[in-house]
Formats: sequence, structure tokens, C-alpha cells
Amino acid sequence: MIRLENIERTYVMGADTIYALRSVSLSIAPNEYVAVMGPSGSGKSTLMNVIGCLDSPTAGDYWLNGHHVSSMNDRQLARARNRDIGFVFQTFNLLARMTALHNVEVPLIYSGMKRRVRQARARHALETVGLADRMLHRPSEMSGGQRQRVAIARALVTEPSILLADEPTGNLDSITGAEIMKLFDKLYDAGNTIIIVTHEKAVAEHAKRVIRLIDGAVTSDGSPGASR
Amino acid sequence: MLFGETLVIAVQSIRGNLFRASLTTLGIVIGVAAVITMVALGTGARAAIDEQMEALGGDILSINSSSWFSRGVARQTNTLTTADARALAIDGRHLGGVVPEINGRQQVKYGNRNLNVTIIGTTPNYPEVHHFNLAAGRMFTEADDSARRRVAVLGSEIPGMLDADAASLLGRTLQIRSISFEVIGILGSKGSWGWRNPDDDIWVPLSTAQFRVTGNDLVETISARVRDGATIEQAMLDIERILRREHGLLPGTDNDFAIFNRKQFLDSRQEATEVFTYLLAGIAGVSLVVGGIGIMNIMLVTVTERTREIGIRKAMGATRGNILLQFLVEAMMLCLFGGGLGLAVGAAAAYFLAEFAGWQTQISSASVITAFTFSAAVGLIFGMWPAKRAAGLDPIDALRYE
Repeated sequence: MIRLENIERTYVMGADTIYALRSVSLSIAPNEYVAVMGPSGSGKSTLMNVIGCLDSPTAGDYWLNGHHVSSMNDRQLARARNRDIGFVFQTFNLLARMTALHNVEVPLIYSGMKRRVRQARARHALETVGLADRMLHRPSEMSGGQRQRVAIARALVTEPSILLADEPTGNLDSITGAEIMKLFDKLYDAGNTIIIVTHEKAVAEHAKRVIRLIDGAVTSDGSPGASR
Repeated sequence: MLFGETLVIAVQSIRGNLFRASLTTLGIVIGVAAVITMVALGTGARAAIDEQMEALGGDILSINSSSWFSRGVARQTNTLTTADARALAIDGRHLGGVVPEINGRQQVKYGNRNLNVTIIGTTPNYPEVHHFNLAAGRMFTEADDSARRRVAVLGSEIPGMLDADAASLLGRTLQIRSISFEVIGILGSKGSWGWRNPDDDIWVPLSTAQFRVTGNDLVETISARVRDGATIEQAMLDIERILRREHGLLPGTDNDFAIFNRKQFLDSRQEATEVFTYLLAGIAGVSLVVGGIGIMNIMLVTVTERTREIGIRKAMGATRGNILLQFLVEAMMLCLFGGGLGLAVGAAAAYFLAEFAGWQTQISSASVITAFTFSAAVGLIFGMWPAKRAAGLDPIDALRYE
């Protein structure tokens, strides 16, 4: 489903060229549960941005569901983000002025879905993450865990091929974080493909496969136990 | 569908910063109000001149004897006669009515009252050609004229000047230059025209005036109305042809008379008014542009403030076009709101100018449409740059923005 071949991402800062990713090649199949680990600055966020079609690699090829992402234009990338990817961010990134329900509707608005269908699907997604009674609350009226659940519902609502989570428990206390991880496990059991970027071992242990990055290169790729 | 959503988002965003939005809009409000008021003033002035033209008869040509040079000496002599008027009336194919007139200021006495007003000696068709109505009594007739009867028709303001009731004056006698005249009619009001106010004139039969006062058959002015369906140029050529013949002027010599075209005069005034209107509206338009810059400024601030939101929306699948449209719609909404408010303020200003300053104003649907079009255009033009900046933001940078 996801195939990266010799992906490189470099940033030019003044006279220096910084290698965020060096020749990364990997593939991820449907219904995998992958954790990407590495110290800060190892390139895991860049990798996630590339997989999420937010960033374009400077070299190499990336295929998503058979489409060659490396050669897509802005509209095609936006479409790919809308249909194939569900993002969950560390800082939740909800729209503050809008209710939970409207926040979850946002991706569906951009896919051009009619209001009634859209709202029904958004409600269903919020029920799935256990927020049936919080739909009309604004983010400021909710706890961190609840906000992250709204974000997960928003990521799920388009039924994407991949759920991409960047440090989803980073801003939560350990109990809430564990609850969120339980939710991810449940979604995995329901057949979703999940990629979580994290530096917490406890989080990575939920995954079935762990990819470790150091200085922009993959150093190990296997089950959580084997890499220890 | 998506557009409806865009509108909702724009309304939410404006409501979220209502005070700031109102202040921003103020520039547009003032600009549109200024344009509306200025155009209303201009349109009003034009309507006033149109009315005047209607009242005075834009289709009337006045013929005067002109000064001309004879052996290097400028002379001013009356050359027009009653015979000329008769010839014009008979031979003028494009003329609908010919009125000769002589006039001069005379002392008028009525009881112990004393006036100095213009006495006009003219023919009975004067009211018809000059678009006067008869308010009371009758106009003098051909018979009055040929019998040189001493009858007088008064302008509408004369009774007031004599401290007398209009109805009671009819049949009474007043003295013009110590000669008794019977008042037989009073004309309706016409309003002043520039420096002349025909409402305080007195009319007497032409022959009476010539016999009693001048003692010859010269007239000062001949007015001729252009016949319906004929052009002013045709009528002027007619007059020139007939008068040159009557005066026995040789080809190559100058006319010893001048034809004065009231329409031309009013047209030139109209033109001056128009130029003035455009000038004022142009200056007002500048304030609209300044308002537009205000909109642009605040939209740039909004884009910066909402960088993160833009990033989120892009990550959720919004295209550049979606983001561009959203900010453009917001800018245009601000401008149209300002335009609507400005329209109301401008209309109110025009009303008060008319009510208290006595200026004639008129708000046309064209100026309303123009105001809205302009404010929408201002929104589009000045909203474009901020919207483009928003659309061009890199999603990763935007998401990281604090």
C-alpha cells in the first residue's frame, strides 16, 4: 500500500545542506500497526510528513495505493490527503471556533459531501471514539483526552487508507495517553492501518512493527521485542 | 455546496472579530457614502437644469440685433423690426411660433404704490411660445394689439409687490409711465432663470408699446420656437436665410443680428455640472481606495493569525483554491457590508443636504449599483493579495506556526 524507494529529503540552510532523510526505503501493507521511533532530529517527523503527502521528497519515489505521489501537483496532493490519509497531531490541531461535530465534518466538506450525509458520518465517527455526548462542545470546553478523541474521529471520518499519528500522547498525561492507545488498538483490530510516530517505548509496544530512525536513516525494522 | 460552507466560515470569522471588522469596514463605509452623496448632488444638479430647460423651453431661439463693424467703428443699432417678425412667421418652415418683443424698465403706479419693473411689448402668442400658463383673466388678443388697447397682463409676483390680491386686480387700472392700463390677466409662475425673473414683468400689446413708447416699428428681440420634428440647426438656417433677405445683406457680409440658442447655454452648464460631479466622485473614489487598503491590511493580519487554521485545513484536504476562495469571500463580505452601510449613510447625507441646505439631490439606481460593484471590486482587488498569501502557505510551516 505504501512503498518508499530511496526517499531523500534535504533542507538548504544558508550554505549547509541538511539531510533529514537519507535513502529511506520501506513498504507498509494494509492493516499494519507500525511505530516509527527515533530521537529528536532523527527525521521521523519528516518521514511522517512525506508519507502524509504534506511534504515532497527531494529525491526518490513514493507510491501510495499505486499512485506516484512524488509527481503529484497541489490539487492531487490535497486530494490524497483528503481521501487516503487521516492525521492525528500531538497538539490536536482542532479549529477553536467550531464545535466537535463541525471539526469532524471539515475533511468531508473538502471532499464535497452533502451536509446531511456529512453530519451523519461525523456523528458516527464521534460515537466510535466515545464522544456521543460531547458533539456540540467546542475544543476549549473539553479535556485534552477528549480533544484528541475528536481529532481521531476527524481522521477516521473519511475512512482513509492510513491513520498517521504524530506523538498522539505527547501532550496527555499517562492515564489519558493509555486510553488513547487503547482506542488505537481497537481501531487496528477493526482493520485500520496505523502509523504512529513516537519516542515513548510504552507507545511503541502497542505496535506490531517498529521502525527506528537515526540521523535520517532506518537502523532497524522489526517486531517491538526483536529491536530491544 | 462548498461555496455555502465558505460563506458560513467567513461569517463566523467576521463575527469572531466583530469590533475589528467594523473598524476596518468604516473606511469602505465612508468611501461609498462619499461617492453616493457626490453623485446624488451631481444628479440633482443635472435634474435641476433639465427642469429649467423644460420650463424655459430649450427649443426657443432668441434673435437679437448684434453689434457690427462699419468702417472700423463698432456700432450697436437695433436692426430688427416687426416686419422681420412677420416674415419669419410666414416663411419660416421650421419655426413653430414667432414672438417679437420690446422691453424696458418703466415706473408703474397703482394706488399709492410705485414699482420699477420691466414692461414687455409683445404679441398674443407670447405665453404659448414661452410656455407660460395664465393664472387668471385672459391674455390680450390680436384685436387688442391692432387697436393698440391699453391693456396689461401681469407676472405672478406683481400683485404681491403691489400689496394687492391677484383676483381683485383684474379689471383695475394701473399707471405705466403715467398712462392708464387695464389689468386683464395674470400669468402663472415660471421661476427665475439666472439673473432674469420673468415673474415680475408686465406684458402689454406690441403695437400699444410701440405707439405709446418707442414711436417706431423696431423690436429688441424676436423669439422663435423650433417646430416639432425640426432640428435647431434647421431652424437657425431658416432664420438666417429670411433675415439676410429681409435686411438685404450681400453675400460675404456679416449678419447684423445674432441667434442665441438657450439649449446651447443650458447644455454647456450641464457639461460643467457633469465635470464637477465626476471630479467630486473621483475624489470620493480615492477614499474608497484608501478603505480598500485598510481591508487589505486587516486581511493580512487575519491570514497571519489564522496560519495554523490554514495548515489544518490543508492537511484535511483543502486545495489552494479552497483557501484562496475562503479569504477572498471574507474580504468581499467585509466590503459589501461596508458598501451597504455606506449606501445608507450616503442616502441619509443626501437627504439632509436636500432638507437643510436646500440642495437638490437625487439617488439613482445606477449610483447604488455602482457603489456595490465598486465595493465588491475593492474587496476582490485588495483581498486578492492576502488570499494568495494564505493559499500559498506551506502546510508544514503553517501547522508548526505558533
